[in-house]
Amino acid sequence: MSLAIRVIPCLDVDAGRVVKGVNFENLRDAGDPVELAATYDAGGADELTFLDVTASSGNRETTYDMVRRTAEQVFIPLTVGGGVRTTEDVDRLLRVGADKVGVNTAAIARPELLGEIAERFGRQVLVLSADVRRVREDAAPTPSGFEVTTHGGRKGAGIDALEWCERAAESGAGEILLNSMDADGTKAGFDLELIRKVRARVDVPLIASGGAGAVEHFAPAVAAGADAVLAATVFHFGEFTIADVKQSLREAGHVVR
Amino acid sequence: MSSRVVVLDYGSGNLRSAQRAMERTGAEVTVTSDPRTALEADGLVVPGVGAFSACVASLKKAGGDRVIGRRVAGGRPVLGICVGMQVLFERGVEQAAVHAEDVATEGCGEWPGTVERLKAPVVPHMGWNTITPPENSRLFAGLAPEERFYFVHSYAVRHWEFVASSDRIPAPAVTWSEHGEPFVAAVENGPLSATQFHPEKSGDAGARVLANWVATL
Repeated sequence: MSLAIRVIPCLDVDAGRVVKGVNFENLRDAGDPVELAATYDAGGADELTFLDVTASSGNRETTYDMVRRTAEQVFIPLTVGGGVRTTEDVDRLLRVGADKVGVNTAAIARPELLGEIAERFGRQVLVLSADVRRVREDAAPTPSGFEVTTHGGRKGAGIDALEWCERAAESGAGEILLNSMDADGTKAGFDLELIRKVRARVDVPLIASGGAGAVEHFAPAVAAGADAVLAATVFHFGEFTIADVKQSLREAGHVVR
Repeated sequence: MSSRVVVLDYGSGNLRSAQRAMERTGAEVTVTSDPRTALEADGLVVPGVGAFSACVASLKKAGGDRVIGRRVAGGRPVLGICVGMQVLFERGVEQAAVHAEDVATEGCGEWPGTVERLKAPVVPHMGWNTITPPENSRLFAGLAPEERFYFVHSYAVRHWEFVASSDRIPAPAVTWSEHGEPFVAAVENGPLSATQFHPEKSGDAGARVLANWVATL
């Protein structure tokens, strides 16, 4: 008896619509987050993550409506990240049906936010989303050689990534979504060194993200210490399925649902 | 006629998911904080997320502890979910705040026992795990042993303390799971049932548990 490794598809949504093309057959509307969520649920997803990339705050209502409609039809855990700045934002998302909320930039700007969210809603709702890269040669070094970034990985925040993850877990984050900006988009596999180093520093669950390009890439991430694995493009374009990933994990001796 | 189920709204939990998952069983579901409606329903669902102390405080403020007690006394079914299960025990011991000392909070005391932090390498216990129900379980009837349920919690009942020795009254059915150590995953005790996991978030397996509970109403 043991906990299953979670496989999590991530959907980018803008004003309540899925963006970053999804290429499935038999979908009536590939931009409909509810239909996609139901498809992934049926395909064995252990959780779903929505990353809200809506630029205008005026369009946030469409996000809430999307979460509401998804939670009414899909009965697996739902995490929503992107644009969360205050405890009121968290309250709103939880009320419309999110189970967990991802916080990224706002926590870098004001780390107290993590403790405020954890104290009000419990740490189980709080996912720290950390966009991490190796420090560039021309930039100021950090103790671990890894730094936290903002603006989708384009700007270094000058904060040591391992210290940040450790501090966030102590402050109230119940889980860490670790995005490797170096590996992201390469399809060359997860950043195993980064996963190992963060695992050694925190005892909250760790979701590995960035770099998945083949089914064989997932088991090494788990062996490096990830409790869950997240991917977007490879699932959306049907390069392989969640079931394929689970089969590969199972063959490597990991427990899956 | 379909069963009337109330999901108790005392300011805690993802009520919408609980409501919708319960509606899928065919029950007629009302989300309310009204004690009288909660008392009269065929079944009462007590959700709960977050801190034990905060949940107990809100529950008592809403009169929910008395509603639960009166329902149980009258043999009227109650289902606690996650922290909604934990608050049914005697006490919870948890950190008062990040970096603070542990403090004990009195729960509803429907069962003896303490809710404590899980001793495991990775906490919270977050994700899909298996369970071992006893043979007399009705909640898990028809579910295969390999079925998994969604858990998300840092605290749990690590020791079951209610030793019921009676030839006439069936002993409570206690279901266990394991994360670093064994803990109580569900209890079925006369009209009072509870699950540490979230059946409303556990896909088809969770739906079956809820349907099994509604079938007892």
